[in-house]
Amino acid sequence: MAYKRNIDRLPIPPKDAQVHNVVCHYCIVGCGYHALSWPVDRQGGMQPGQNAFNTDLTKQQGTMATAWFSPSMYNIVKQNGRDVNLVVMPDHDCVVNSGLGSTRGAKIAELSYSTVNGTQPERLTEPLVWRYGTLTPTSWDDAIGLAAEVTRRVVETQGEDGLIVSAFDHGGAGGGYENTWATGKLYFESMKIKNIRIHNRPAYNSEVHGTRDMGVGELNNCYEDAELADTIMAVGTNSLETQTNYFLNHWVPNLRGASADKKKAEFGTEPIGPARIIFVDPRRTPTIAACEAEAGPANVLHLAINSGTDLALFNALFTEIAAKGWVDRAFIAASTGGYDAAVKANHTTIEQAAQITGLKPEDIRKAAEWIAQPKQGGARRRTMFAYEKGLIWGNDNYRTNQALVNIALATGNVGRPGGGCVRMGGHQEGYVRPDYPGGKPAPYVDQLLIGGKGGVHHIWACDHFKTTLNATEFKRVYKHRTDLVKAAMDSVPASDREGQIKAIMDAIGQGGLFVVDVDIVPSQIGSSAHIVLAAATSGEANLTSMNGERRMRLTERYMDPPGSALPDSLIVARLAQALERSWRAAGKAEIADKFKGYDWKTEEDAFIDGYTKNADGGQFVTYERLRAMGTNGFQEPATGFQDGNIVGTKRLFTDGKFKTPDGKAKFAVAEWRGLQAPGKQAEKDKFRFLINNGRSNQVWQSVYLDQHNDFAWDRFPFAYLQMNPQDVAELKLNQGDLVEVYNDNGSTQAMVWPTPSARRNETFMLFAYPTGAVGNAVSKGVNELILPNYKQTWGNIRKLADAPQVTRHLSFKSEEYKLPS
Amino acid sequence: MKRCDKLVDAGRRAFFARTAAVAAGAAATVTMPSSAPRAAPSPALVDYPSSKLANVSELQSDVPKDVLYPDADSPGVLLKLGHRVEGGVGSDGDIVAFSTLCPHKGFPLFYDAGDKSLSCPGHYSRFDPEKGGLQIFGHATQNLPQFRLVVDSNGDIYAVAVDELIYGRLSNVLTA
Repeated sequence: MAYKRNIDRLPIPPKDAQVHNVVCHYCIVGCGYHALSWPVDRQGGMQPGQNAFNTDLTKQQGTMATAWFSPSMYNIVKQNGRDVNLVVMPDHDCVVNSGLGSTRGAKIAELSYSTVNGTQPERLTEPLVWRYGTLTPTSWDDAIGLAAEVTRRVVETQGEDGLIVSAFDHGGAGGGYENTWATGKLYFESMKIKNIRIHNRPAYNSEVHGTRDMGVGELNNCYEDAELADTIMAVGTNSLETQTNYFLNHWVPNLRGASADKKKAEFGTEPIGPARIIFVDPRRTPTIAACEAEAGPANVLHLAINSGTDLALFNALFTEIAAKGWVDRAFIAASTGGYDAAVKANHTTIEQAAQITGLKPEDIRKAAEWIAQPKQGGARRRTMFAYEKGLIWGNDNYRTNQALVNIALATGNVGRPGGGCVRMGGHQEGYVRPDYPGGKPAPYVDQLLIGGKGGVHHIWACDHFKTTLNATEFKRVYKHRTDLVKAAMDSVPASDREGQIKAIMDAIGQGGLFVVDVDIVPSQIGSSAHIVLAAATSGEANLTSMNGERRMRLTERYMDPPGSALPDSLIVARLAQALERSWRAAGKAEIADKFKGYDWKTEEDAFIDGYTKNADGGQFVTYERLRAMGTNGFQEPATGFQDGNIVGTKRLFTDGKFKTPDGKAKFAVAEWRGLQAPGKQAEKDKFRFLINNGRSNQVWQSVYLDQHNDFAWDRFPFAYLQMNPQDVAELKLNQGDLVEVYNDNGSTQAMVWPTPSARRNETFMLFAYPTGAVGNAVSKGVNELILPNYKQTWGNIRKLADAPQVTRHLSFKSEEYKLPS
Repeated sequence: MKRCDKLVDAGRRAFFARTAAVAAGAAATVTMPSSAPRAAPSPALVDYPSSKLANVSELQSDVPKDVLYPDADSPGVLLKLGHRVEGGVGSDGDIVAFSTLCPHKGFPLFYDAGDKSLSCPGHYSRFDPEKGGLQIFGHATQNLPQFRLVVDSNGDIYAVAVDELIYGRLSNVLTA
């Protein structure tokens, strides 16, 4: 049976419940929530005068109720050492989500650490060190001291390239301005670490170098633009699942025609109507089904391309739009360069593109019309271009990104209402760091680790065992190297610090790797660590981030971290201070002095040191001001402070000035060159099934906690593999069976989900899942800037086991919504 | 299977902890008048009414019947699925009932006999009545509240309890 809580009532928040601002820390959208808390031995009442909602709770509440919360929005947590009731519920006054809660964000409370209710019992509460054959709790000074001593010696023997770092670079949980600054200051200012990578890719690089090099920053519009657009072009993005409330609250109203008043107010007499939408995706997603229900199938164009052929499609659209003259000549002349050269070099006929992409020529023509054909009376069509991992983790990332931006620039859709050419995003953003001291391309860090390089590895909230490519080989080598150090540590009494350090350094000299892992829960890569440091997450410390429209908010601390866990910024401070002591004790005062400036007492101190002093407009931003601006905050960059509000920036590039030396956006030459990453074409030729992969609504950016949540884990005990039912039958499989996905790169497991909309020989597997990492089977092939290509993976499939008990109670019906017949 | 053992253990702990919390919360709801030492303790679960929803003879396979439980403000659906399901009642073990207020935002669910599913027009959440109301896809953080049913010797079907919090109420049984 489906998991049920058997909870039939919940405590009622009293009138005087404390209220804190919360921004959901899981995905990029950053929905606004409020945390209500009150002592565990008190409660409100059903009458309006007795509860925080000022509502008669003896009555059934209507749809979109402001006075209802689900059991998952409730918990009992510690606040300043005392048990309190906690409710974290969506904020109806937040312009991002208007009271909507996703299946992730509406679990913030239940996914919190509670010693009373036993939720998230796996949370790390104390530092751990490898002792007596296991990870053993110890004090902060002890753990950090050992980390610093080993790190210093590795740097002494190997130079700073011997310290390899994996670190978040984003906002939300496992990131945020406080923590990206702190880690950046340590590794890029106090040290000059080049061998660093980001949580989901094997180098220190942007996922969207292509658009940035054209001068077009990737988060250039606002969510309201999705309500104002005539056409939305969605490339490799499945927004209902992965930007849920942005889609529901800002795309759907336009598809329904419900944003007509906004359009009239903005555009006056310009012709308007409900939006049309184009999807570029080899897979039919639940988002497409929802759009068909809302806008009608005639207003939804799904371009189901052959996987990895986006670039050819974009160049054909660019060519067609240029040939028809559906371009913004004034904008091109005033604000761009390189248009003619790009038109010439990227020339691709619709017929050529049809052959490469597998699309019908008439559908490509229709897409060009929907994007750029002038409206009645000659008004320019307003088209918003949205893209995410289907492009970013896809074939020829850099050029494909640029080919899409070419279309947006040509049609004058950057910096204008109803336009934008934007990535949709994963996590929130929250990046403020000194400049990265490495080059471009940055070192391919995974290959360094596999090649035996480096002696110490610092990990900040990353789990490569689940979220890297070539993961089968990575894990094999990584376990071997870290086991060498574990065996060395096991050979010396733990109390003999000098003996321990000598044994560790000897093991490193023989190819071993010493690992310091900072996280909030035990990770898979953390099982190889020698020191694990317990971090606090959002809500347990103050945390700032910005969402996909650059909306910056402060999530206030509303509960205590578990045990002695600390915010990452303060862990950095302790590590830096320990490194200073270590270098000083070693007689290297000059190096020790580089680790000054970490005397932060709170995360706010790190924020002031980082954001306020270094971010664009940071001088206008303080915790106090952000607190006052609630869940709506302001849109970065800040440009001033007036009448008690931080003044923000609704859209970028409205003045036609771009981020290039001459202020002009650059059109890009981006020619089609087939499957770009080495080995991909051969893999395609050799193996039967496309193993397309990506995320799902239920566990999007939250699986690190959801794996310990009964409701979420009950739904997906394994990564699913959606397959065409005829393929399922041909391989003699049944729904819920466990299969192995394998190729020459490695293998992984998944449960079978027969899916009628899946094309023959094209599967879709849940990405980065704890019980089935698709990265095991993804090749090491990358682009010229070390961007991975997860999406174009091919493999074979064979049965591992009949459906185990945990999959037999599941539903494998279609995820697609259909209107009632 | 260390992983599975841990999961089972974690689930068990969470269950007992939560049950204790509900009980504690319920005890705390008693408003103890200072002059009433004879007052009986409040029960740990809400007291559900037993409501007749229909007679088995009225039901046809895949024809949903609208019902109200535990009161007139809480709509639900009574379904004869045509084959035995876990939690089903009646001689064929195929009769189930669910709340039709979407546990996401309270929009009314509709039944699609084509694939025996319940769907929400508000935000496209979908639930499977053949699998205890499991959320197939969607935004709720609960599976669909199911009405526990009993059938008497006359074939009368009664709802007697609910296994999740119903949307829009902080107590499944509302009292003034």
